[in-house]
Amino acid sequence: MDITLRHERGRRRLGALLGVMLAGSVVAACGGDYPQSTLHPTADFGYQVDSLFRTIFWWAVAVFVIVETMLMYVIVKYRERPGSPDPRRIHGSTLLEVAWTLAPAVVLVFIAVPTIRTIMNVTGDAPEDALVIDVVGHQWWWEYRYQDFGVTTATDLHVPQGQPVQLRMTSADVIHSFWVPKIGGKRDVMPGRTTFIAFTPDSVGAYYGQCAEFCGESHAHMRLRLMVDPPDDFDTWVRGQQAAPSEAVTLDADAQRGREAFAAVRTPGNHSCLACHAVEGLAFGALGPNLTHLASRSSIAGGILPMDADALTRWLRDPLTIKPGSLMPDIDLTEDEISTLVAYLLTLR
Amino acid sequence: MSEAAVAHHTSTGLDSRKMAFWTFIGSECLLFGSLISTYLVYQGRSVSGPTTDILNIPLTSISTFVLLMSSLAMVLALAAVTRGDALWSRVWLATTALLGSGFLGFQAYEFTHFVHEGLTLQTSLFGSTFFVLTGFHGGHVFVGVLWLLTLLVRSFQRKLGPDKSLQVELAGLYWHFVDVVWIVIFTVVYLLRQ
Amino acid sequence: MATAALTVDAPGFGSRVWSWITTTDHKRIGILYGVTAFVFFLLGGLEALVIRAQLAQSSADLVSADFYNQLFTMHGTTMVFLAIMPLSAAFFNYIVPLQIGARDVAFPRLNAFSYWVFLLGGLLMNASFFFGAAPNGGWFGYANLTSTQYSPGLNIDFWVLGLQILGVASIAAGINFLVTIINLRAPGMRMMRLPVFTWMTLVTQFIVVTAFPVITVALVFLMFDRTFGTTFYSVAAGGDVLLWQHLFWLFGHPEVYILILPAMGMVSEVIPTFSRKPLFGYAVIVYSGLLIAILGWGVWAHHMFAVGMGPVADAVFSSTTMLIAIPTGVKIFNWLATMWGGKLSLKTPMLFSLGFIAMFVVGGLSGVMHSSAAADLQQTDSYFVVAHIHYVLYGGAIQGIFSGIYYWWPKMTGWMLNERLGKTHFWLSFIGLNLAFFPMHFIGLLGMPRRIYTYDAVLGVDAMNFMSTVGAFIIGLSTIVFVVNVWYSRRERIEAGMDPWGAATLEWSIPSPPPNYNFTAIPEVVSRLPQWSDTEMKAIPTEPEGEIHMPGGSYWPAVSAVGILVLAVGALLESLAFALGGAVVLVVGIYAWAFEPFEM
Repeated sequence: MDITLRHERGRRRLGALLGVMLAGSVVAACGGDYPQSTLHPTADFGYQVDSLFRTIFWWAVAVFVIVETMLMYVIVKYRERPGSPDPRRIHGSTLLEVAWTLAPAVVLVFIAVPTIRTIMNVTGDAPEDALVIDVVGHQWWWEYRYQDFGVTTATDLHVPQGQPVQLRMTSADVIHSFWVPKIGGKRDVMPGRTTFIAFTPDSVGAYYGQCAEFCGESHAHMRLRLMVDPPDDFDTWVRGQQAAPSEAVTLDADAQRGREAFAAVRTPGNHSCLACHAVEGLAFGALGPNLTHLASRSSIAGGILPMDADALTRWLRDPLTIKPGSLMPDIDLTEDEISTLVAYLLTLR
Repeated sequence: MSEAAVAHHTSTGLDSRKMAFWTFIGSECLLFGSLISTYLVYQGRSVSGPTTDILNIPLTSISTFVLLMSSLAMVLALAAVTRGDALWSRVWLATTALLGSGFLGFQAYEFTHFVHEGLTLQTSLFGSTFFVLTGFHGGHVFVGVLWLLTLLVRSFQRKLGPDKSLQVELAGLYWHFVDVVWIVIFTVVYLLRQ
Repeated sequence: MATAALTVDAPGFGSRVWSWITTTDHKRIGILYGVTAFVFFLLGGLEALVIRAQLAQSSADLVSADFYNQLFTMHGTTMVFLAIMPLSAAFFNYIVPLQIGARDVAFPRLNAFSYWVFLLGGLLMNASFFFGAAPNGGWFGYANLTSTQYSPGLNIDFWVLGLQILGVASIAAGINFLVTIINLRAPGMRMMRLPVFTWMTLVTQFIVVTAFPVITVALVFLMFDRTFGTTFYSVAAGGDVLLWQHLFWLFGHPEVYILILPAMGMVSEVIPTFSRKPLFGYAVIVYSGLLIAILGWGVWAHHMFAVGMGPVADAVFSSTTMLIAIPTGVKIFNWLATMWGGKLSLKTPMLFSLGFIAMFVVGGLSGVMHSSAAADLQQTDSYFVVAHIHYVLYGGAIQGIFSGIYYWWPKMTGWMLNERLGKTHFWLSFIGLNLAFFPMHFIGLLGMPRRIYTYDAVLGVDAMNFMSTVGAFIIGLSTIVFVVNVWYSRRERIEAGMDPWGAATLEWSIPSPPPNYNFTAIPEVVSRLPQWSDTEMKAIPTEPEGEIHMPGGSYWPAVSAVGILVLAVGALLESLAFALGGAVVLVVGIYAWAFEPFEM
């Protein structure tokens, strides 16, 4: 008896603990700034998925409460006590079996109907006037091509607020998955196949995303930002990206040396910047991100480092520590070369 | 296998080894099912190399016929063992093994010919799926031939009397199964080629 | 052990080891499975703890990215193939022949073979750690990441060969137990009198025998792609990377039921025993198990909702997946009804069974959330799924298995496990699992993908990850309590007797541990619950009437298994000599096995 009492207390304590955990998590999930949360969508795609999720969630909560309450009731009510009589040996009841086969079936209908409706709405088909952007997954960074504007960029995906967007996605190497939780669900990005996401963003802001399908050593470092710009800002951004970088600025001495270093052919292994990277008017490499307007982005190295002189320096010094397995090699640049290269890269606005 | 087990009482009255064998065959169906499905899914998707045009249907029809005849010989071998006819058991077991080997010979010729024509495992989806599917089947025939030869040796050792007919029956089950699988492969790969 | 004592007087260490290597006794093989699987369980748990330590805070660098990938790959692979499956197999081996009134399984040497192949396959896969090349492509090994172009090392080769070897062991065991259950039942043990655990074993083995050939084919393609340059998963040659996913999940989803159905069977034994009431709706529980197995074949693509199969396929697979919730729910209601009006004795086995129900409901409900293709687009490959699988596999399968361990331990050893330590184990494990896995729902909903070795503080999931790590270490602690319990109870040694729980099925009608022949005389079964039946079963004599012939040992199964290992090493090293050597050993082993005199 003593022991059972103690366990009774233990169970209550446990209940309290679980309650606190639940409450804590819910509070945590609702407040605060969660840039990658699925719970606060900002596009039509996300709203639909979110509303479906909430429907199912509350059904699940109802079932959870009913079943767990029954379980607790049974445990408390029918726990063996001194002198409890031997139970009657009932083997079953057809009526009950039918009832609890039908009950979940009915609940499932309430889940299945909105599910199928939502499936039909989030296929990735977009209206005629949608802005189509080609997305290419690479180990481990995202490339975007705006065919309509002749713009190629990476990591930061700019879209205009209020306009339908369709992403037409494929991969250059292995399977990735494009996921910006605030606009909606993810879609796998596969070599040899094309997949689609369609959405209309309705709030200006910078939303986080990252690759959701395990894609190798630095899968964790394959991140992105979705920049929803006001339409005017988006147009300005497009014009900026279309301009050749050298027109915009005159290079100072350091940057000029950096430009030369960028274009220099190195041996062994042809580890030149321009072997992999493109800068309009200077280099045409296609393996790595196009750097024509590198300095206009918010981050580098697939979204894991901020876009500033310090981060660029660190990245050029030791890319493989920052991003293990990356195709960007450590090419033993001297400190002087690094600082001139950084000076040059910062001019690529 | 133990002799005592044969006499064992079983719940269904069916010998456990036979039941195990049927289960194994069920499992094998899924194996060949997956191989054949893959072949079908990839049909016509090769981007280079020879196409199904290089399949020689008349020749393979002959080898199919040879394999079918081996099943007949297998039936006769089992009948001979069951009635305790040592001579004809040996004749029909040997015939079965020989016809099985004949089938393998046809396959070896076909594979060599295809390689000369430029179709290898590495050439294309057709090459990969064709060689792996038919190669898996050929491997099964090869194991079957080894099994038949083992039985033949046992027969010459006078260890394959009518009381051991189950051993031959099991080999027969396997052999017929492999034969049936070939009929499916022949139909899918050769007759229904695209 | 009793069997050894019967054959050898005061055996030396060498002969004891030899007797284990050559044993064909289903009970000893069951113990071998159990001990081996438990060691792998500890290993997989250790991997989990390192993973959780790495994730305790954002931007940590306890382990490298590649080592982390090896850890999560091996954690998943180990827990599925080397821990949960063989832990269940330990009970199939030990308990099923006892429950059906048989002296052994149908093919004792094939049974030994399964064990040795499983052991060597598991060792081969884990040996990869010593070469710094543990598998690192995830337990699901998606093409084309596993191709030589993107995974040039031996890592994936270890994985492919290890899984193929384990497949051989599983299919051999599957066939053996299907035949055993259908064909070696004692007189009167009709199919609808089989204990539910035996029924679920039967269903599980049916799935094993049909599902494993599919992954075998997928793995053969992958091996040929890697070794011989075939083009099955080569995009350049026109191949489709989804071929792997379809084949893998065609196996992979039934595999989920291979993991959970045995635990459901154990719970179905424990609940009636500790409620002093027969199982409510026996037939419905049996049929729902069969239905789950059959439906389980039609839902595989729900693992692929994010690949964009198109709305029709998504809708179909959503619907079939939801259907599975019905037989699963029915089982839960029947367990509740079994307890309703009963006299519940809350001993440790019962606590774990209750924990199973409570937690499996959580995992089942999040499963329904995933079944909704559109909603799943936000959940799949996030920590929400990690929460789901751990509620199902730890809260479900592992708790069910621990329930079984505490329940049948007295039968297997003859002594009881300590109740207080058992209850400590349960409560620590229960608190730990909720602390570890519940926050993962929110971590996932807040956008943290799975299989990432590090995450950014900006996601705002640091605190919850830390909570989860604490929970994982509490689970680790609870497992230590279990080990202590085994050690302590062994010294304490409270004799169990034949039927310490007052249970109803046949295994409780014989001594603990059972003699090597199990039953002095094959029982004649007259009811589903012979120990509780009003119709008295003919008493089983305490002493055998005459000498009982039991199969002797054989080392050929172990030799054949070694042949397979050598063959695999040959494939790993791409050494023809090794491969041929292995093949010769295998063939010789099988021949010797087939023709050795073996009484049974």
